[in-house]
Amino acid sequence: MSINNEQRKTYYESIIKNGYNRRDFMKFTTYMAAFMGLESTMVGQIAKSLENTPRLPVIWEHYQECTCCSESFIRSDHPIVADIILDRISLDYTLTLMAASGHQAEAAKQETMNKYKGEYILCVEGSIPLGDDGNYCCIAGKSAKESFLEAAEGAKAIIAWGSCASNGCIQAAKPNPTEATPIHKIVKNKPIIRVPGCPPIGEVMAGIIVHVVAFGRLPELDRLGRPKAFYAKRVHDSCYRRPYYDAGLFAETFDDHNAKEGYCLYKLGCKGPMTYNSCGTIKWNNGVSYPIQSGHGCIGCSEANFWDNGPFYERATKVPGLEEEGLADDIGKVAAGVLAGGLAVHAVAANISKRKELMSRIRRGKSNEKNIDS
Amino acid sequence: MKTRNFKRVMVWELPVRIFHWLNVLCIVVLTITGFLIANPPAILSSAEATNLHTFGIIRFIHFTAAYIFFFVMILRIYWAFVGNQFASWRAFWPFTKKNWNNFWHVLKIDIFLLNEEKHDVRDISIGHNSVATLSYLVMFFIALIQVFTGFALYADMSSWWLPKLFSWVIPLFGGDFMVRTIHHIAMWLFIFFSMIHVYLVFYHDYIEGRGEVSSMFGGFKFVDETRLKKAVEELDEEIKTD
Repeated sequence: MSINNEQRKTYYESIIKNGYNRRDFMKFTTYMAAFMGLESTMVGQIAKSLENTPRLPVIWEHYQECTCCSESFIRSDHPIVADIILDRISLDYTLTLMAASGHQAEAAKQETMNKYKGEYILCVEGSIPLGDDGNYCCIAGKSAKESFLEAAEGAKAIIAWGSCASNGCIQAAKPNPTEATPIHKIVKNKPIIRVPGCPPIGEVMAGIIVHVVAFGRLPELDRLGRPKAFYAKRVHDSCYRRPYYDAGLFAETFDDHNAKEGYCLYKLGCKGPMTYNSCGTIKWNNGVSYPIQSGHGCIGCSEANFWDNGPFYERATKVPGLEEEGLADDIGKVAAGVLAGGLAVHAVAANISKRKELMSRIRRGKSNEKNIDS
Repeated sequence: MKTRNFKRVMVWELPVRIFHWLNVLCIVVLTITGFLIANPPAILSSAEATNLHTFGIIRFIHFTAAYIFFFVMILRIYWAFVGNQFASWRAFWPFTKKNWNNFWHVLKIDIFLLNEEKHDVRDISIGHNSVATLSYLVMFFIALIQVFTGFALYADMSSWWLPKLFSWVIPLFGGDFMVRTIHHIAMWLFIFFSMIHVYLVFYHDYIEGRGEVSSMFGGFKFVDETRLKKAVEELDEEIKTD
């Protein structure tokens, strides 16, 4: 990728050069403003920024992951999204999509890192294995950790794409053999945007990039480092099946009449009530559907440790620290039974042990009763 | 045969009793609705969702009871500073010699059911005994856990600042999953506590015969006359109306 040698174009120039017209461009900015939850007056500001801002150099690293984040991203709503960030325009280094390979690819990365030190955005897809000296994931002769630390050094900000980079995802599930580690536990001195989800929604990813470009700063983040615009609400709170939940109408099995009626999937293990994401509003595949709409409960893929948080199809949670499928309520019921038995034994034992005291009090009470005067 | 003379003593003042019974009500309601929320029963209804709000009402009751639970807890904390000696925070302070002696005494006599050669009236607590105060302290912290995790889970649905104060709890545990699990397990601790608590109240009433059960209704307990500094002159009228 030789774009490092070219004059840096603005986003707008690149978009026009790629055969889009101004109308497409304005549609794109409007889409983006809507996804970000901005008011319509902000559309102009985004358009203006994209017209004037030279494109941000982006290095996109892939570590322990399945590339579903990239797949999701290039399928986001508007074709410009894929074109603007990926493909020819913005990406200086990405294993999956760049034309160069081998030494040339690594050289492109080095060049970007040197030339735009402190300016480029580092996007990370995948977790980083720390076990066995990081040998579980090596790229170009370097371990993932080495390569990540090198790239993070000069980055302006880091975007952790997907649950892998944000939470460790499946490979970090117990017993986590490779010690897969989310990136915020490795680098502390850089601003990190966590964009969990397996994968995250393409429009969310695009929205975050456009926000950084258009406003020159990171979007507002919550306490877990997730952009508030997309992760402030539970899937449950924006779910179109919510009225069934409030009405107490639940599907009991996936093939019953209630499921057919489209009732709430709460009792079938839907994790929507505990999962923060925008699936209910932005949806997937150009707004076609999302898991719950397709009749399957949310599995909570954008929550930390979702893989270890109990069965997907049951309304129950595992008790932490128990390897068996020990459910809190079963333990509670047994313990309550044992406790009741213990109390009964205690009551009997009290009668036996304290019999003298009791008998004496009863005797005295009875003799008092006989002596009642008036 | 001689029976002891007892004096009526106001042990549990009205705010303490109000706290106690509202707490009972809240815990029962919160537990029942909590179980329903955790695993809702199947409702067979052909009505449209628009015309039903069953589960919403259950949740509403849960949240309302939670607010009452929280506010009576604050009332009790306030009363620990202005109430009588049995309500005072000093009664709950576990690190005194007297407290530990009583603790071992209760453990020996009431839990392991040993008998004493000679009774000492001073061993019988007028207010809470030391094992009870310790268990109430523990329950207070478990109640705090319920308040923190409960309001944290609720915060997102509320626009009021009070529940929002607890929103930091969710990121602390990494997400709703863990917070919900803690909330659920702590509820079981309330159930266990209630079972033991009710049993021991009956036990004390039965073994000691000085109105332990009824004390939480009227506030009075009966205390051996010899433990009072001097027999308080009771007003004639009061005796007449007795």
